[in-house]
Amino acid sequence: MSGYWSDIVTGGKSLVTGLAITAREFFRPVVTEQYPWEVPTMTPLFRGHIELIGSEETGEPNCVVCGMCQRACPSGCISLDGKKNESGKGKALTRYILDFTKCSLCGSCVESCNFNALRFSRDYNLVSFDKDDFIMDLMNRLEEQNRCKR
Amino acid sequence: METSMWRALLYLVGLLIFAGVNAAWLGWCERKGAARIQRRIGPCEAGFAGLLQPLADGLKLMSKQLLVPQGVDGIIFRVAPVLAMIPAITSMAVIPFSENIGARAMELSVLLLFALASIGMISILLGGWASGNKYAIISAARSVSQSLAYEIPMLLTVITVVLISGSINLREIAIDQQGGFWHWNIFRLKNGHFLTMWISFIIFFICSVAETNRAPFDMAEAESELVAGFMTEYSSMGFGLFMMGEYLNIVVGACLTATLFLGGWDCPFGLTPGVWWFVVKIYALIFTFIWIRWTYPRTQIYRLLNLSWKILIPFSMANLLVTAALIKVF
Repeated sequence: MSGYWSDIVTGGKSLVTGLAITAREFFRPVVTEQYPWEVPTMTPLFRGHIELIGSEETGEPNCVVCGMCQRACPSGCISLDGKKNESGKGKALTRYILDFTKCSLCGSCVESCNFNALRFSRDYNLVSFDKDDFIMDLMNRLEEQNRCKR
Repeated sequence: METSMWRALLYLVGLLIFAGVNAAWLGWCERKGAARIQRRIGPCEAGFAGLLQPLADGLKLMSKQLLVPQGVDGIIFRVAPVLAMIPAITSMAVIPFSENIGARAMELSVLLLFALASIGMISILLGGWASGNKYAIISAARSVSQSLAYEIPMLLTVITVVLISGSINLREIAIDQQGGFWHWNIFRLKNGHFLTMWISFIIFFICSVAETNRAPFDMAEAESELVAGFMTEYSSMGFGLFMMGEYLNIVVGACLTATLFLGGWDCPFGLTPGVWWFVVKIYALIFTFIWIRWTYPRTQIYRLLNLSWKILIPFSMANLLVTAALIKVF
C-alpha cells in the first residue's frame, strides 16, 4: 500500500512532464529537409569519394605521380599513369582511375599525399544501376570542374 | 419539436457529411500533429499543405483488392468493418451540437451512447474472431478485456454527472451547465462540486482514450507484438472502414466529454453561446487525443488492467460517494 500513493503522484507528474515536452517540440522549427527541393550543405569533414585538386592558375592537377596513394590504398582502388614532362623535370598525370566499388573511404590516400593533390569530394548523390559507373576517371572530373569554374 | 421528413433527411445528410469529413481529415490532422511533435513537416505534397492527402489515401485504398483469405468466416469477416463504422455515426444522432442543432433530444441518450460504444467493441471482437488468425484473436480478446475494465470507471464517473444534473438526457445536461465556465460540471461552484469533478473529468478522459483503443492503450493493435491486431487480415476499404470508425469514435468521445463536463455549446465567459464553442471544444479535445498518442509509449496489457482495476475504479467509486454526499449535504 505504501507504494500506491507515491506511484500515483510520481506517475502523474511524469505524464505531465511528457506532455510538456511534446508541446514544446510542437512549436519548434522542423529539422528535416525536403530533399529533392532542399539540398543539404555537407559538413567540412564529410568524406565523399576522392578527387584531384587542380592548381589555382592553370587548373592542371597538382599530382606529381609519385604513386604514394596507390601504395597506401589497402583495397587497391587506385590506378594511375604519368608521363615525363617535356622539360625533363618531374612527371605529369595522364590517367587517374578510382574503383569506388572497392573503396572504404579510409582516407589513407589523402593522408599519404604530400603534394596537396587529393581531397574528399562533397558529392553524396551517388546512385546508379550500373556497377561500371563507379569506376571513375578523376582526370575527367577535374577537367569538368575546371570548365565549370570558367 | 418539428418532425417532418425534411428535417430527418437534412440531419441525416448533415451528420453523414460531418462524419465523413472528420473521418477523412482527422487522419491528416493526426499525421500533421505527429510530424510537428517529431519536428517533421508531415504530408505536404498532395495539395496545399497536403490537404488532399486523405483523398489520395482513399483512392489508393479503394483501388486495392478487397482480400478475403481462405478459412475466414466470410459473412462476419465482411460485416465487422461496417459494424465498426455504424455505431459511431449513429451516436451522432443524439449529440446536442447547440441549443437548436441536434437530431434527436432523446431521454436516456447517455445510455444509448454507451450501448452503441459497446457495439463498436463487438466489431473488433468479430473482426478478430472471423479472421481466423492467431494475432487477430489475441488482439480481440485483449480488446474485450480492456473495454470491460474501462467501461466500469467510465460509467461510474458518468453517474456523478447524472447525479448533479438530475437527467440522463445529454441536451438537458448541457442546458444545465449554461452561463459561464463556473457552471460547467468540471469547475462547478455550486455545492462545491469543483472539489471532485475535475477528478471525474480526468478519469473519464483516460477511459475515453482507452475506449477508443488509442495509444497508449492500443493493446488491440500493438504492432510490435500482434502485427496489426484485429486488422491484420483486412485490406483495402475493409481496413479503411476500421480506421474511419476509429476516428469517428474519437469524435464521439470528444463530443461526449465536451457535453458532459465542458458545458456543451456554452461560452466560457457567458457570452455568445453557440455551436462554434462546441466545435472549438471538441477539436481541442481531439488535439489532446493526438497529443497524448504521440507523447506516451504503449503500456503492457497487465499494467493497463492494473491502472483500471487498482486506480481508476477505486477512485471513481470514492468520487461517486463524495459527490453524492455533497449533493445531500448542501
